[in-house]
Order: sequence, then structure tokens, then C-alpha cells
Amino acid sequence: LVFTEEDKYGLYSNLLFKYFLAEGIVCGHELFVASAKEHPDNILKELPAPLLDDTHGEKLGDEAAAVKSEDFQDSMKIAWRYQNLPKIEASPTTYTKFGHYYDVSKKMPPELLQSIKWHSFYLHEELSSQPKMKACNMNSAYMRLLQSLQRIISQGGFDGSDPQKKPKNVLRIGIQSLGSLLWGDDICCSETPEDAHSLTKFLYVLRGLLRKSLSACIITVPAHLIQNKAIMERVTNLSDMVVGLESFIGSERETNPLYKDYHGLVHVHQIPRLNSLICDVSDTKDLAFRLKRKLFTIERLHLPPDLSDGVSRASKQELAGSAKLLSSGCGAMAIGKKHLDF
Amino acid sequence: QGKFTLLRDTRTDGSFLVHHFLSFYLRAGCKVCFVALLQSFSHYNIVAQKLGVNLTAAKERGQLVFLEGLKSCLDLVFGEEEEQPGQPSPLQFLSESPSDLRALFDFVRVSLSAPDSGSWKGPVLLVDDLTVLLSLGATPVAVLDFIHYCRVHVCSQLKGNIVVLVHSSEDVEDEENELVVNSLCHHSDLILWAEGLATGFCKDVHGQMKIIKRLSLQQVGEQDLVQVYQYKIQERNVTFFARGLSAAVL
Repeated sequence: LVFTEEDKYGLYSNLLFKYFLAEGIVCGHELFVASAKEHPDNILKELPAPLLDDTHGEKLGDEAAAVKSEDFQDSMKIAWRYQNLPKIEASPTTYTKFGHYYDVSKKMPPELLQSIKWHSFYLHEELSSQPKMKACNMNSAYMRLLQSLQRIISQGGFDGSDPQKKPKNVLRIGIQSLGSLLWGDDICCSETPEDAHSLTKFLYVLRGLLRKSLSACIITVPAHLIQNKAIMERVTNLSDMVVGLESFIGSERETNPLYKDYHGLVHVHQIPRLNSLICDVSDTKDLAFRLKRKLFTIERLHLPPDLSDGVSRASKQELAGSAKLLSSGCGAMAIGKKHLDF
Repeated sequence: QGKFTLLRDTRTDGSFLVHHFLSFYLRAGCKVCFVALLQSFSHYNIVAQKLGVNLTAAKERGQLVFLEGLKSCLDLVFGEEEEQPGQPSPLQFLSESPSDLRALFDFVRVSLSAPDSGSWKGPVLLVDDLTVLLSLGATPVAVLDFIHYCRVHVCSQLKGNIVVLVHSSEDVEDEENELVVNSLCHHSDLILWAEGLATGFCKDVHGQMKIIKRLSLQQVGEQDLVQVYQYKIQERNVTFFARGLSAAVL
């Protein structure tokens, strides 16, 4: 379960979200997109186009050549995406490259979109149907979403319940702006919300669904609006991976010369520790992202040389010289077991 | 015998302790009731195999009773309407009253009092992780009541042990959580507190472990014994060392 905290204006988190879905399309996974804000059809139309030419792959050398054959575990992790950073959760067994690159300036060609099966859940279209689940003291919008999800999972054979179903595929689930007012949840509005447990209950059931099926999920949440810190703590506990995106727009860091190359920071709050005592922790936790015209990259935070005389830096540490590009371009963030091997 | 051990983690993941106790008690031949609320069975199984214990086999021979919280919850929420009247779901409080964890206690009681318990040494109740119950809407008082009933039954009546993992944070933002954790701390015989390092993340030292032996509960006037170690988690075990003496430094 990848939990993403959105940046203030949701720009970058949307981008990540789209990457996750785009990668799903390129890998041939099935998609399930849920949103209360935008109609999923529109989201899907706006996905970035993949760069499928090999020349790009050669340039990046060994990063692209990671051959990963992985046996599918029965359960995949749920990624909560803070901001719309697409996370490539599943490692496709049919591809030798781990992850793909995308061109942000172009849209995904519709033929690619039609080559996979996708399901959408737009809250405002679903309001008419009554939830058939047992009342769980949960927000009704969440209940409907869970019900729809469960239906897709069992019908699509993702949970292995029907042995006659087609060969196993992975379901990529993307849920946008969960916890916001549009879902009928008031945790973003007040410090003592009326129903403080809906989101956490939803997450728990979602986690159960993900654990028993071949799916990966990314959720973006406007965490900066949630005023009750206790809820954030609980939500973190219930997620496998928690990433926060902090964009510099509108904050004092935008003009700080230290950060002039970047558009924001990436905070990795938690990484999954599944099926093992240890988790794969990278050397550094200072990551920043930037959005160029075509590429969205995530890199180790590299401070420019301090050329001013006599004025000390505002920020604390100075990272070593070479800014090794950790991330390959758009969205090829290889998660799986090798978490931050960009 | 009859001890209540509290596992606590702050700023880090203390689940390696749960895996340790699970394999420890299974290897010792105890009957274990494991209430696993946070992860799936296969996760624990895979880690236990690395530690040398087979959970599936333990389940089959009746040594391990495993409650997979996630699966139970799904069955409850998406399940069919007709349910066997004599067997309510252990997580019934989700759909019924949030202040009644009796069904969960009944599950524990039944699994540890089964007639074949005589063939195993001492019953053990293991919970991972208790604070999830708060996230699911149970009131703190209900959680504390549940633990109290378990203690009476398992520790006093059956002379077994209880090991519970709770998650706490350093800022006292989550009052319900703090209430439960503090209350449990006062009643525990042994507290193992895994904390992330205050100075931040480090590759060689994953955290610090405080071991608090509550001698003050046994004898009036005794002080609690506190020991602090640092640890590093590896693939198959965890190494402990005195503070500042990690292998990377020496």
C-alpha cells in the first residue's frame, strides 16, 4: 500500500499518480481508477506517453538493464502515494527492463489505452447505488469504493478464487485524493472530526483486499489538510510505503538558491518490510524532484557549490559532489524488493 | 510463567521482536495463539522459515492458532448474510458496538483452553499489533478491558505468558494511543522498547532497544532495571551491542 501525501497544489502528486497508471498500461496490467474529483476517463486520457524507443534505454546504461525475474507473491504492497509520483510497484515478468520512461509532454496514445482492461469508479456516478455490504460504521463513499473493488477483484480472478480464470494478471489500483471533502470525509476540515475512523477502517479493509490478491495500490491524500496528526500516524502504520512530496511552489524555498534546480523534495517516511526481517534502505534519504519539459526525475539532493563569500548556508548538511542520478526518467521508480534503486 | 511482556516501538518497526517471540515460543513447545492484525499469514510464515520454524506445520499439529485479522475483516465485511449463529467473527466489534471486544476475547479463550492443551507446555498469547484495534474504531477502554480479561485468563488461570506489540509515537498527538500504551506499561512485567535513533537514520545501527524489567512490581521498594542496547537487523537475526560500539565503529 503506497501512501502518498499530496503537495499543496496537487500538481506533482497528480503526475505521480498518472505515472503509476501509465506504467500499468505499458505492462499490460489491469487498472482500477477511483476518484471523487475528476472523472477517471479524463484522468486516463491525460496519461503521459511512454518512450518506447531503445535509444533512450541505452543511454542510461545499467539502470535500465536490470533483469528481474520475480515470482509473484500472493499479495502485493499497497503504496500510498503522497504525491502523484507514479511508483512502479510490480516487476513485470515478461519485460526485461524494470520500469519504463515517459514523456510528459505527450499524451498516451489511445490504442495503448484500449489494449488493457480498465475499471473506473467516479464517486458522483456511483452515489445512486446502495451499498450491499454490512454496515461497518464507515463512510458510505468508502464502502461503495470497497464494494466495487472487491467485486472487480473477485470477478477478475485476481484473488485466485476461481482456478479457471485466465492467467494471472496484476491489478493496479489508483485512488485519488482520499480523505478529502469530496469523499464525504471531514478529517480534512476539523481537528476533531465526527467520524475519525472511517479512513483507517477503509485502509484496513483495503490492505486485506490487497494482501489476498495480485494487486498494488497507490493512494494520494491531501495530508497537509489533515489537521489531526493522530490520524496520520495511524494511517502510516497501516500502509506499507509512505512517501511525501513537498513542492516548493509558494513557499520560501522557491527562491532559496540552494534549491534552485529542483521543484520539490521527496520525503520517504516508510518503506515496506514484507516477508523479511529487514527492509532495503538506501544510503540517503534526501531526495528531490524536478519537472523538466519532458521528464520528471527524482534525484539525490545535491546542493550547488557555495560560491558566495562569507555567507554561510541556511541548510545544514552538504552532500557529496556527484549528483548521481538515482531516478531514471518518468516514473521508472523500481520498487519491489529493491526499493530505491532508481 | 504468567508474565506479561510489552513490546513497544517508536519511530521504527518493532515487528522483528514479534517474529522472534513467535519462533521462540514455538520452538519451546508452547501452545501459541497469535492474533495477527497487521500482516498476512504468508508474511509471518516466510520470516519464520528464515528463523527456522514452520508455521504451517505448527498450525496443522495444533500448536499454533492463528487469527489473520485482515482475512477475518474481509470475511466480516464482504461475507454472506448467513453466519453460523454459534460462531461470531472475532472482529465483530467492527460492525457491532465498538466498545465490545468480547468476541475477540472468546476467540482467545477458546483457542487456549482446548482439551489438547495438555500436550503443550504453557499457553502463550501473542498480539501484533494492539494499537490497530484503535484504528479500527475500538475505544481505548475496550482495548484495555480485553487485555485485562486476557491477563486474568492466560496469566493467572492458565499460568501462560502474553506478549503484545504496541506502536507509540514520540509526540503525544494520539491521545487514545498514549492512554493504552501508558496503561499497559504500568502493568507489564517486562518492556522491550525499540526506538529509532534520535539522531536520525543510520545504516549500521537500526535502532535502540530499552529493556525494562519491572522489578518494582514484584517487591516494594525495588527499582526497575533498565538496560539500553543498540541493534542492527539482518536477514536472519538481530545483533545487539552496547551503545556506540556497533561493528561499523570498532
